Amino acid sequence: MTPLHSFPPAPGARIISLGGYQPGNVVTNDDLAAQVDTSDEWIRSRVGIISRRFAGPDESVADMAVVAGGKALAGSGLAPADIDLVIVASCSAEAPIPNASAIVAHRLGIGAPGAYDLNAACAGFCYALANAADAVRAGTARHVLVIGSEKMTAWIDPHDRSTCIIFADGAGAAVVGPVADGEPAGIGPVVWGSAGDLAAKIGIPDRHSYMYQEGQAVFRWATTAMHPIAIQACERAGVAVSDLSAFVPHQANLRIVEAIARRLGVPRERVADDIVHAGNTSSASIPLALARMTERGDLKSGSPALLLGFGAGMCYAAQVITVP
Amino acid sequence: MTEQEILAGLGEIVEEIAGVPADEVTPNKSFVDDLDIDSLSMVEIAVAAQDKFGVEIPDDQLKDLTTVQDVVNYVAKNAQNSE
Repeated sequence: MTPLHSFPPAPGARIISLGGYQPGNVVTNDDLAAQVDTSDEWIRSRVGIISRRFAGPDESVADMAVVAGGKALAGSGLAPADIDLVIVASCSAEAPIPNASAIVAHRLGIGAPGAYDLNAACAGFCYALANAADAVRAGTARHVLVIGSEKMTAWIDPHDRSTCIIFADGAGAAVVGPVADGEPAGIGPVVWGSAGDLAAKIGIPDRHSYMYQEGQAVFRWATTAMHPIAIQACERAGVAVSDLSAFVPHQANLRIVEAIARRLGVPRERVADDIVHAGNTSSASIPLALARMTERGDLKSGSPALLLGFGAGMCYAAQVITVP
Repeated sequence: MTEQEILAGLGEIVEEIAGVPADEVTPNKSFVDDLDIDSLSMVEIAVAAQDKFGVEIPDDQLKDLTTVQDVVNYVAKNAQNSE
């Protein structure tokens, strides 16, 4: 009988390092007001965004994933050969075949890892992080590169003001590895699920169409159904909400972020508001925010932070992580 | 629940969510035009009203409730039906 796993099972998994990437093209609210009927004041008050970044015409989901993934890999101190599995969470790839993850792995010099793309829309990074932690615990991988990368603008109608002011492009990444024996897990139990009965609230009707969403319905769902999921994730990790150093929810809309935080009872200064200068980058928003907050020194290494992804599907996932 | 009680409760909700003083929340005011409340705040008000009065206001009903009196009437009617 051959062993069931490639590596020794680990007692737990942790995030070793993070990396983020935003394209160079800064798009302000005034830029958007020049093409659709909107204004800086209107956008700030409705969604809380001041500026966002758009990828260049030839810049792909894989291109952005390579940059963010490369930064996370460099920060981990590991060699490319140490990575056994690459997961790219995305819902905006140019085409479903080939998958982005194998291309990204190859371009980062990671030889022949397991590689798959995962689509849980804006919850994708939290889903991928949970899968990565499970793989490390089970011993099917020792080190995993998890990336959320999105070119949302490829699927957004630049003349639809209900979506073009919100969505943007970018990528964020994390290297996941085992904790040492006796150390507590750095990626807590995931609480995930979906509400397929509401799936028609956000979608892309067919390959020739742009994305649409029913803003009010999504807002109601996110502001009423998500805080109980976040609380469960804290309970399963054995962490009190008051002990969290940060709450990093998907950066959907600042109004949603603030409403969920209020219901959770997390003080505003501990809540990620990366959307202000990044827009809604779907599965990239959480790792992008985390990477920026750690770079800025906003997050204390070793402290617990709560992640909460939610979006189309309607899929959601939450877990408490230890800040690397 | 009297209409006065609903109006007072709604005033508290609007003050908490939109920062509009409760005494300005009078029956003939329009949420959008007079109180400067947008569609997302209306959803928050509907959710808070459900918690407070036990009456659900779905999105497709919410869009037709333009004045404070409309919401008071809706809550009064549906609270009665559920009793």
